[in-house]
Amino acid sequence: MSQIGSFALLLALGLSSYSFLAGLLALFGRDAGSLRLGETARRAGIAAFGAVLLAAVVLVTAAFQDDFSLAYIFHHSNRDLPAAYKFAVLWSGQEGSLLFWSLLLGGYGLVLRMRYKTDQRLFAHASVVMAAVQVFFLLLLNFAAHPFAIMEGALPQDGNGLNPLLQYPEMVIHPPMLYLGYVGFTVPFAFALGALIMKYPGERWIQITRRWTMVTWCFLTVGVFLGAHWAYAVLGWGGYWGWDPVENASLMPWLTGTAFLHSVMMQEKRGMLKVWNMWLIFSTFLLSILGTFLTRSGVISSVHAFAQSSIGDWFVVFMALTLATCVFFFVRNKSHLKSEHKLESLVSRESSFLFNNLLLLVACFTVLWGTLFPILSEWVQGHKVTVGPPFFNRVIVPIALLLLLLTAVGPLLAWRKTSLESLKRNFLLPAVGAVSIGIVMIIFGVRPWEDPSYFYATVAAVLSMLVIFTVISEFIRGGRVIAGKGQMNLLAAMAHLWHRNTRRYGGYIVHFGVALVVIGILGSPFNKEVEKEMGYGDKISIGPYTLVCQSYTQDDNPNYGNEWAIINVFRGGRQITTMYPERRFYKSSGQPQTLPRIYPSFKEDFLLVTDLYLVYEGINESTGRPIIKAHLNPMVPWIWTGLIVMVFGTILALVPNAAAVRVAVPARVEPQPVGAGD
Amino acid sequence: MNSQFSKRSAQLAAVILAIFLFMGAGDDARFNKLGHSMMCTCGCGQVLLECNHVGCQSSDKMRNELIAAIDRGDNNDLILQGFVQNYGPTVIAAPTATGFNRVAWVMPFVALALGMAFVVFVVRSWKNKPTPALADGIIVPQGGELDDYKRKARQETDL
Repeated sequence: MSQIGSFALLLALGLSSYSFLAGLLALFGRDAGSLRLGETARRAGIAAFGAVLLAAVVLVTAAFQDDFSLAYIFHHSNRDLPAAYKFAVLWSGQEGSLLFWSLLLGGYGLVLRMRYKTDQRLFAHASVVMAAVQVFFLLLLNFAAHPFAIMEGALPQDGNGLNPLLQYPEMVIHPPMLYLGYVGFTVPFAFALGALIMKYPGERWIQITRRWTMVTWCFLTVGVFLGAHWAYAVLGWGGYWGWDPVENASLMPWLTGTAFLHSVMMQEKRGMLKVWNMWLIFSTFLLSILGTFLTRSGVISSVHAFAQSSIGDWFVVFMALTLATCVFFFVRNKSHLKSEHKLESLVSRESSFLFNNLLLLVACFTVLWGTLFPILSEWVQGHKVTVGPPFFNRVIVPIALLLLLLTAVGPLLAWRKTSLESLKRNFLLPAVGAVSIGIVMIIFGVRPWEDPSYFYATVAAVLSMLVIFTVISEFIRGGRVIAGKGQMNLLAAMAHLWHRNTRRYGGYIVHFGVALVVIGILGSPFNKEVEKEMGYGDKISIGPYTLVCQSYTQDDNPNYGNEWAIINVFRGGRQITTMYPERRFYKSSGQPQTLPRIYPSFKEDFLLVTDLYLVYEGINESTGRPIIKAHLNPMVPWIWTGLIVMVFGTILALVPNAAAVRVAVPARVEPQPVGAGD
Repeated sequence: MNSQFSKRSAQLAAVILAIFLFMGAGDDARFNKLGHSMMCTCGCGQVLLECNHVGCQSSDKMRNELIAAIDRGDNNDLILQGFVQNYGPTVIAAPTATGFNRVAWVMPFVALALGMAFVVFVVRSWKNKPTPALADGIIVPQGGELDDYKRKARQETDL
């Protein structure tokens, strides 16, 4: 088994190297020979995917066959591991996850190389860049982190098992999503570098990569949020984001990727920001690699990180080479990236994109700065300092609020120039609505002047509602115009409106989702928690709930033994549910795990939903009594709802625009309804 | 008169805001605030009051020390200094605003200020660029004719 896997990896390295070198040589010529050489390079790239796929299948098969002669399987699986998690063994350790990265890269490369007829020369350049990245990962897999290494000594009877924290259904989805995001940014990066190398005329490369970038961004978004949800639903500390270096590593490319998605519109529409966009996508790719480096090198201590290893040096060299290549071609061909238009007004869609990009990049810089500051501090002061949640919350929140303000205002601005009159007309109602929400919050007892966190929560609520109201008003205003012209009802007109410019209106839905996520986050200053030892019949009161301990029970299966608390939940004197917070003990690894239970109060509180979050923390050794911790986390369910809306919006934005539909034009000239463009 | 009134109002508002922001907090609030400004030292990487390991040797002991210090009437600075002496500087969850650690707090806002200045500079330089001269024979439509074109473009492209 291991020989097949090892051979497949070596074959993949050979094929990828050929794809890179032959593809590179073919780029220099335009004769028939060069074309044929380029074609062999393309096919070698496709075949390399087949070889990596074979290696991945071998590793997963070894997990299913409990082949503990492979060190990787021994360390990350055991006989009684459920089937779904045996599949997840592929990405649960250092070597396997690198193989998974390589597999996804091969998959993206396959699609790219199959679609080469779109623009053969540009795709050939992109294919060479993709092959170069693939060669790096395959070198790692073959020589530094081999997933098919053989166990030394006697063959073990059983494996160490998968980390208990990873034995959760979301963990089967979260890493692939995150990796699809990380790896996916290689595609726009490859196209950007290819376009720079060949001085690609026009903005078509941006149009070609637009969908790739949006899909990749969507995967990364889902990956980041699933990670947050996993932390919330499994780690049992009642939170979802701890500003851990590995969490930060996933956030950084997301921030620059988001900036790129916005600023490419300026290049597409107005031929501006060409240099900026080129460097944004270079940075996004490099940050994806940096994230992988941080997770694996042991340079930063993190609860998420893989074991400390020497592969960090490989990543440093790769990042240095990539950066040098980007700088070299940028300096050589920068004259090709001259802007075609000038900015006409500060109050315009263009300048809103500029400020949006600035804020996203400053947020990214802040996250990077906070993540790396402990190392810097050690160099300068001789000792590490901790840069934890209090730092990030205090510094990032003001930046995020400014960004939220731009999210509300930006879509109301037209390309080139917006008159203050039209801005006022479009902005007045949403602004009045949003400020009213702030006033209502104060009337109902929120005191923004009492604590900075309450102040930020109030401002965030007002700005989130401003985003929501502007999105709704944009749909209604545009829908009314279409309804008037096409004799259809408002809802149908709004659907028609979206179909005429899916990216613009899909984007608005994404903004709506972002506002929901912020609403979910702003509840955190109002969290409550109670911890108590609970015997049978004991009670805890928290917020409107009374929790009564009914019983404790135990169970056992080959993989783990577990204990449950059975807690009846009362509200207003009526029992509304029973919750079963759980604690498991994994047999192979001997590690415990808490599994909190969460009750979102949609039914009782509707929009002001609150999570009742119960953790069975185990037995207090000194008293022998079980401990239950209860949290009340207001608004958190809106975070996950917001994610669903964001994904829905991205899907809507990916749908091709409908062909221009001619409608009967009334004789009178319509008033200008909204700012044109995306 | 008006400007003096505005100035006085602003000063009054600032004083009121400062009073609200720096009003003394109760013991529970202080425990919560201080407990969230320190890290658990067991290696879990979590804030002290968020460490959820049952029987965690570090967090239980640290919480008890924190309660004792508050009960003694120590001020916040003294309590934090005590923890740094006992557990090292990494126990504080965020860089202090002293010495080199100030750089941690300042840099993001410096980056924001520099970025803002850069964007404003770029926008101004773009705005000041001369408009490219039109090729011979091209006439820019004006007035009603331009409005007709705009209306047509909106209908055929977007709203």
